[in-house]
Amino acid sequence: MTIEEIQKRIEMGLPGSQVEIQDPYRDGVHIKAVVTYNGFQGKNLLEQHRMVYATLQEELKAEIHALAIETRSN
Amino acid sequence: MQEELKSKIESLIQSKEIFLFMKGTPEAPQCGFSAGVVSALKSVGADFASFNVLSDMSIRDGIKEFANWPTIPQLYIKGEFVGGHDITLQLHKSGELQKLTKV
Repeated sequence: MTIEEIQKRIEMGLPGSQVEIQDPYRDGVHIKAVVTYNGFQGKNLLEQHRMVYATLQEELKAEIHALAIETRSN
Repeated sequence: MQEELKSKIESLIQSKEIFLFMKGTPEAPQCGFSAGVVSALKSVGADFASFNVLSDMSIRDGIKEFANWPTIPQLYIKGEFVGGHDITLQLHKSGELQKLTKV
């Protein structure tokens, strides 16, 4: 699964979100998703991260090794 | 989820007020994210216990379902799931981790 696919999957799952995927080690494995989404408003951190994880449910079981998440709302 | 597995996980979480499921041990973490949480806990002087999920596949898979959280590490304080690596580090940065771990 490519970085672009992960980005697309999150954006589809959280319509209107802006997703930036960072690959600090340039290995395509230890990646970080910075997600800006208005729907995070009023949710605590746990809920926000669960919303992002939910868009990648199947991928997290197998294909994604390490995904860091940072959530923001406008 | 099997009752036996669930109660095993619950008793681990209840065994110490601050409890961490991690890959490896605090002395020798086997994953960068687990290492990050250990060092955050140590830097606030938290007295915590941990379980190495690499030593037990059933717990490794079980806690994902238990917490409705797909990744490891998982930090629990007073029996409550706090979060994984990113949330713990964010709480550390904001100073909240220090308050939470004062038990």
